[in-house]
Amino acid sequence: MPGLSLVTVGASLVPADPAQLLPAREQMAFTLGFHIILVPFGVAFTFLMLIANARGIRRKDETALLLARRWSQVAAVLFAVGAVSGTVLSFELGLLWPRLMGTYGAAFGIPFAIEGLFFFLEAIFVAIYVFGWQRMRPWPHFWTGVPVVLSGIGGTLSVVAANAWMNQPGGFTMRDGKIVEVRPLEVIFNGAFGFEAIHMLLAAYMVAGFVVAGVYAAGMLRGRRDRYHRLGLAIPLTVAALVTPLQIVVGDIAAREVYRNEPAKFAAIEAVPTTGTHVPEVLGGYYANGKVHGGIKIPSGASLLSGYSPSTRIQGLDAIPAEVRPPDRLVAIVHLSFDVMVGIGTALLGLSAWYALAWWRRRDLPRSRWFLRATAISGVLAVVALEAGWVVTEVGRQPWTVVGHLLTRDAVTTSGNLWLFFAATVALYVAVGATTVYVLRLLRRRWRDQGGATETDVPYGPSRSSQSAPAGGQG
Amino acid sequence: MSTFAAVVLFIGVTAYAVLGGADYGAGFWDLTAGGARRGRNSRHLIDQTLAPVWEANHVWLIFCLVMLWTGFPSAFAAIMTTLYIPLGLAALGIVVRGSGFAFRKVVVKTDQQRATGAAFATSSVITPFFLGTVAGGIASGRVPADGHGDPVTSWVNPTSLLGGVLAVGVCAFVAAVFLTAEARTRADARLEVWFRRRAQASAVATGAVALAGIAILHADAGRLFDGLTGRGLPLVLVSAACGLASLALLHRAVPRLLQALAVGAAGTVVAGWGVAQYPYLLGTHLRIGEAAAPDATLASLTLVAAAALLLVVPAMALLFVLHQRGRLDTT
Repeated sequence: MPGLSLVTVGASLVPADPAQLLPAREQMAFTLGFHIILVPFGVAFTFLMLIANARGIRRKDETALLLARRWSQVAAVLFAVGAVSGTVLSFELGLLWPRLMGTYGAAFGIPFAIEGLFFFLEAIFVAIYVFGWQRMRPWPHFWTGVPVVLSGIGGTLSVVAANAWMNQPGGFTMRDGKIVEVRPLEVIFNGAFGFEAIHMLLAAYMVAGFVVAGVYAAGMLRGRRDRYHRLGLAIPLTVAALVTPLQIVVGDIAAREVYRNEPAKFAAIEAVPTTGTHVPEVLGGYYANGKVHGGIKIPSGASLLSGYSPSTRIQGLDAIPAEVRPPDRLVAIVHLSFDVMVGIGTALLGLSAWYALAWWRRRDLPRSRWFLRATAISGVLAVVALEAGWVVTEVGRQPWTVVGHLLTRDAVTTSGNLWLFFAATVALYVAVGATTVYVLRLLRRRWRDQGGATETDVPYGPSRSSQSAPAGGQG
Repeated sequence: MSTFAAVVLFIGVTAYAVLGGADYGAGFWDLTAGGARRGRNSRHLIDQTLAPVWEANHVWLIFCLVMLWTGFPSAFAAIMTTLYIPLGLAALGIVVRGSGFAFRKVVVKTDQQRATGAAFATSSVITPFFLGTVAGGIASGRVPADGHGDPVTSWVNPTSLLGGVLAVGVCAFVAAVFLTAEARTRADARLEVWFRRRAQASAVATGAVALAGIAILHADAGRLFDGLTGRGLPLVLVSAACGLASLALLHRAVPRLLQALAVGAAGTVVAGWGVAQYPYLLGTHLRIGEAAAPDATLASLTLVAAAALLLVVPAMALLFVLHQRGRLDTT
């Protein structure tokens, strides 16, 4: 029966996607998309808090100390939610992608093991710092916050090393479908590690900076223009404004690295259907049926940006073998996400420049209400850019989980009805997310009612009570 | 090399069972503390005792997962594709527990505290139960080496249910002893009595379950039974002795000794499981060496373990010492 055997061969060559593939991808995207918003607050918000803290101690600035203390309370809530939503991701790596972990865990797992160390240190020192305000002396207390910031950086670099490895895997030898040799340093310092890690780290600082500044800008727009709000805006916005230009440079380097080493992803980013030179840069537009519909075309723009010359050759989607070519729908998502990220990044650069200019000329915030309005929405924009950038990396990697080695449909689990798990997870995360927002608003209202400088639970109470002012009541 | 990685993994499991377990157990007492008024003081003590340490204790779970999937990837995949129901439920339980606890610290209205507290406390009981059933499924050899074992009977079986109930009981016992000691440190006589009674009750209940468990294991998991009554017997006996001693000394001993005895009772029983199972990672069909990652990976994990010993253990000791000396303000 030659016909039948042909059918079977055909079927085995292109197997249908497992029923678990779609819910697994949706769930991973949803839970990671949720968790990634919390990351900047564990990693970078704590740095803002330490700046306020140091300023408060050094200049005997009560307002700065009050900000630092309140920020630490916010950080404590967000860190808790981040810790547990991060744990879910660990479970999901096994529950959703057992064939990724079972086959590649020996290599892929190494950066996670290092990350575990940083997570330990972060959790320990967050607790000491958050609960140490009343009964520790000022500078020792400040220093317990420093490991939090350092381990936040270390943890980010480690996790991104694992992600970068999926994009540019290396450092292992396979035989008969099994990893038989691992070179840990090559795994960690893989081709994509440098630019991805720094890009994400700076993104965390941008998000934390713009979001926190945005909160105080919104307060100032409602007429609360006291020093508390001005400082609460200035500290995070200064950090964000310093980081943003750096991020633009790093992003530019990252794009060229992707052009060089991840041509399939680059073709999706630029929505390039066919290989060629003089490739235009298309801003916006929707990719479907092998071409971009709409959008603004800059002639030879993509070629110029990737190789500084209009004759730079860019590999198109047609160069990818048909069976591993991303569908048009995904190309459209990657292309638009990239444009959203770059667009927002550019806008935030403009805001940073505005702020820097005013500060340089008058040592003050810009006076325009438009500046406050822009700052107020900059936080939301920064989060959107973060999500968009993450979509570029992750969706741009499809159909691969480990590029060149493992297809996503081969990584996914084949057991269970994942839609149930996904539905339960969404319901739970919606509840947790809503309660988080509610709790943060509750804190804000409480603090607003308490007022600023007249706060009773001033930090470092006991040490001050020995000097002059009474320590006041319990917090 | 692979045995060393397995030992490190099991130290992590033990640390999580004891330290993370005590935090879950505190949730058990939170759940059963009665109405808002009656349970206020005990909940307050639980809150103050847990707040600075639960996240650090929780990281042991991450440590275990990472050690398992990096050091023994095929075993990790086998466990995950078999026991995905209790593991998925435990993961969601962890989210509810942690966020519920963090939220309760902030909200002030009674009904909001009740809702967030109930979320925290209920999931503190459910989560260790599911993790206990997972341990039972692994220990009784119900996870095939290639995974995809029966999704239901792998955790709905006598050994798993014993594991689940025992996990809840041991967590409750350790927490009650810890909280008794904590109440004594704070010279709060009423709370001390309150938690001491619960420590005694949970000790008796858990001891009874453990005794019944002997018969269950004999019938359901012969190989584990042999291991626990053979090579693992000294540890099982130490566990029983620690449990009895902590019970006997509950009235008198200094808090630190009581805590040490409770840690000993819980830690040795988990360690006993590990010793009984050696040299197998899964049942009697997957040896540690067969499941292990290449040597360079195991060497990396050894380095990580050494770094943990140098950095994490002292840091955690600092946290505990500061907490015990009342340097952390958790009001």
